[in-house]
Amino acid sequence: MTTPAPAVSRKDFVTDQDVRWCPGCGDYSILAQVQKLMPELGIPREQIVFISGIGCSSRFPYYMNTYGFHSIHGRAPAIASGLKATRPELSVWVVTGDGDGLSIGGNHLLHVLRRNVDVNILLFNNRIYGLTKGQYSPTSEIGKVTKSTPLGSIDYPLNPISVALGAEATFVARTVDVEAKHLQEVVRRASQHRGASFVEILQNCNIFNDGAWSPLTEKDTKAENALFLEQGKPLIFGKNRDQGIRMNGHQLEVVRLGDGVDERELLVHDERDDTLAFLLSTMQPPKFPTPVGIFRAVERTTYDVAINEQLAQVKQRQGDGDLDELFARGDTWNVP
Amino acid sequence: MMEPESAAAATAGAGALKHVEERDHVVIRFAGDSGDGMQLAGMHFTNETALAGNDLSTLPDFPAEIRAPAGTLAGVSGFQLHFSSRDVFTPGDAPDVLVAMNPAALKVNIDDLQSNGILIVDKEQFNEQNLKKAEFASNPLTDGSLDRFQLFPVDITKLTINALNDMGLPTRTMMRSRNFLALGLTSWLFQRPIEPTIRWIEQRFKKTPAVGEANIRVLKAGWNFGETTEMFRTTYRVRPATIAPGRYRNITGNTATALGFVAAARRAGRPLFLGSYPITPASDILHELSTVKNFDVYTFQAEDEIAGIGAALGAAFGGAIALTSTSGPGVCLKSESINLAISVELPLIIADIQRGGPSTGLPTKTEQADLLLAMFGRNSDSPIPILAPATPADCFIMAFEAVRIAVTYMTPVFFLSDGYLANGAEPWLIPSASALPEIPLAFRTDPKGYFPYLRDPTTLARPWAIPGTPGLEHRIGGLEKEYLTGNVSYAPANHEQMVRVRARKIAGIVREIPPLDVHGPPEGELLVVGWGSTYGSLESATRILREQGHEVSHVHLRHLNPLPGDLGDVLSRFRRVLVPELNMGQLVRLLRAEYLVDAVGLNKIQGQPFKVGEVVAKATRMLEESR
Repeated sequence: MTTPAPAVSRKDFVTDQDVRWCPGCGDYSILAQVQKLMPELGIPREQIVFISGIGCSSRFPYYMNTYGFHSIHGRAPAIASGLKATRPELSVWVVTGDGDGLSIGGNHLLHVLRRNVDVNILLFNNRIYGLTKGQYSPTSEIGKVTKSTPLGSIDYPLNPISVALGAEATFVARTVDVEAKHLQEVVRRASQHRGASFVEILQNCNIFNDGAWSPLTEKDTKAENALFLEQGKPLIFGKNRDQGIRMNGHQLEVVRLGDGVDERELLVHDERDDTLAFLLSTMQPPKFPTPVGIFRAVERTTYDVAINEQLAQVKQRQGDGDLDELFARGDTWNVP
Repeated sequence: MMEPESAAAATAGAGALKHVEERDHVVIRFAGDSGDGMQLAGMHFTNETALAGNDLSTLPDFPAEIRAPAGTLAGVSGFQLHFSSRDVFTPGDAPDVLVAMNPAALKVNIDDLQSNGILIVDKEQFNEQNLKKAEFASNPLTDGSLDRFQLFPVDITKLTINALNDMGLPTRTMMRSRNFLALGLTSWLFQRPIEPTIRWIEQRFKKTPAVGEANIRVLKAGWNFGETTEMFRTTYRVRPATIAPGRYRNITGNTATALGFVAAARRAGRPLFLGSYPITPASDILHELSTVKNFDVYTFQAEDEIAGIGAALGAAFGGAIALTSTSGPGVCLKSESINLAISVELPLIIADIQRGGPSTGLPTKTEQADLLLAMFGRNSDSPIPILAPATPADCFIMAFEAVRIAVTYMTPVFFLSDGYLANGAEPWLIPSASALPEIPLAFRTDPKGYFPYLRDPTTLARPWAIPGTPGLEHRIGGLEKEYLTGNVSYAPANHEQMVRVRARKIAGIVREIPPLDVHGPPEGELLVVGWGSTYGSLESATRILREQGHEVSHVHLRHLNPLPGDLGDVLSRFRRVLVPELNMGQLVRLLRAEYLVDAVGLNKIQGQPFKVGEVVAKATRMLEESR
């Protein structure tokens, strides 16, 4: 073990364990960006805890030289909630995947979000089960042929962003494994957010689902398929930045700028607009580009603050608990 | 305590002086519809009885349905109390007194009443409609079928309404006070003081004083009816028991359990964290702990059983005294998390308040059939300490002990209570907080020579290094660990070493278990071995057998894993071994496997505790066989 010293560089967050993801896995990029970001957050290493479930993504804590807990399938949000409630001063992170977070642990994900426990959740979405060698996941598309769906998947997929917004998460974002700067920026915002932060990271599994996000990651197709959300900016995308998103009644529509369509008609992104966030979350190909960025960022009392405030208030009202008084509550009698 | 003579004297002239009969013990059962407030009446009769200085034991028995159709057999709720001028170990086999508020309550309970027992019924409720609901072909009050009892048909409904008819209350509200009529009458019959009940009513109905006044009026009307009516010619006196001196209160097992955990966390100097999902009969632990947050108690009502234990484990990682409370179905859901706690070696208490099973089973009825679940109900070799309280008050001691073992050995611990202990009550000699042992607890802070799985040479516990400690950053998880470093390891020999060291750590707890307290001769004809809530029945039965001249002893196990070190020796000193259990034979299986002893089971699976007579009968048969 090293002696305590202020962590200043990426290296301080690297463990002595060999990273065992497949060569070429998108997880490497995510790990590198998170390790790079950590020193910039100014949080002492010993105050940081990474908690994960089961799956490829959930190996993440072994590679972060912080406190870490590689738990069981789907349960990381529950473990993180108990830790953060009793130790609110810690910076608590949950690393999960599309199977871990949306299938076996879907219930816990909903509840950690609605309680608004101040944890940062990174959900690596590769639309496949990698660790069990290639079965379809709850985000796999209809018709997906995998080992367990030789005739094509008939399960309608979950949309992680809509799920998080449905649970009224206070911070909801999407980024891409290979978009290094964007990923760092989104994760930085997530860590600064007070409350549950949900970040879907589109991640490539080059072994079992290679190219799942290639329209968003390939140089020549990215501009046409990804819509980068920026606070206060109109929703514009395309190689020539000549397409935009406009309201048409209660529906969104893609319009081409020029041809009598003015930029001022386009929707302007606002992270505090709930309705807009949900509409944006429904945008998917082929009709729409895929929005990337921060869908929603609002403030609401966090669970960890509320539970500790309640304890403090009771103590203020009733005084610090006295065991002898507690034992003798109710009717008592003396036997001489 | 109100003296019967003075109570009678106060109303001398209103009727002839009543005859006072001495009894050394009485078993009374209140039975009615689940909406009739029988639990409340029983609880207050218990309180009054405790204040009168008797030793006592109670057994509530209620249906799983919150409100079964009124007047039906399914909706009958009962509360039994045994009080005495001597030691009481059980709520009693058969009541001497039965209060039946309707025909259904009579039907469900009448077979239990002793011959010549006192039977008090609400006469008006025995109408055609209710008799039909209770499936009576004719009215038992008039058809002679109750001739072997002392029947007192009281106008409970009419007396209640008469006491309240000038208050302008709706009939429905008035009817809700009927339980207090029954309580007032029985309090008079056994000369229990009603002042504590009046005080309670005043407190409870502060915001609805009219309801409070109604209840008090009806309570007094019940007392006065007993005193003035010609119907009752005798009152009963049960003298105070000889009880160890000190200050007492009544306590249920669930309350004692909650207090035990609060006390332990305090003595360990750490906050207590409960992660729990509501489940009968464990929910009262969640309720109790939610009221004591000024003791640094965190209660987290989770989204499910798994999140309940998960959150608790997260809190344990952070250094809290962590607890999850549940019943059998919840334990099934928590199994994977319990194994995670075993693997990461963090302290955690799983309080399983057992109930009848399998599956949803009998939510409100008792059973002790989760022993093998606690012992073996997880994948792979996964040893875990198991403790079981013997009585409601013992829940306090064993909850405290569970925390001590968990933090000393860095292990999850099972605390196996059951529905009977949870809801049963007995007088509790209130301990002094300062007399409770301290629970020594030291987090690792020194990075020098630190390894996450460096073990204490005696206890084999790994260090508890909590997040926030500089220089001790480490990763734990459910993958197999390397023996010292805790890094992930798939090495064959390392796995065997780890499986063995986990087993050795738990087995080593035996050094902490005090020698068995054998009640009766240290050797002889028959040893009765029990665990958990059967304590009272087994203790009473073995006392009776010894009084009959048999060499019969009783030993009650509160440590089920590991088993006490001297158990094998104790077993070997008796010719026969009887293991009564409220299951199909779980402890007996462990004893036979562990000690190669030809132990015999006595098994009852009816959702009800043993009657003393049942145990005596079985033991007697065994004693005769071996002659």
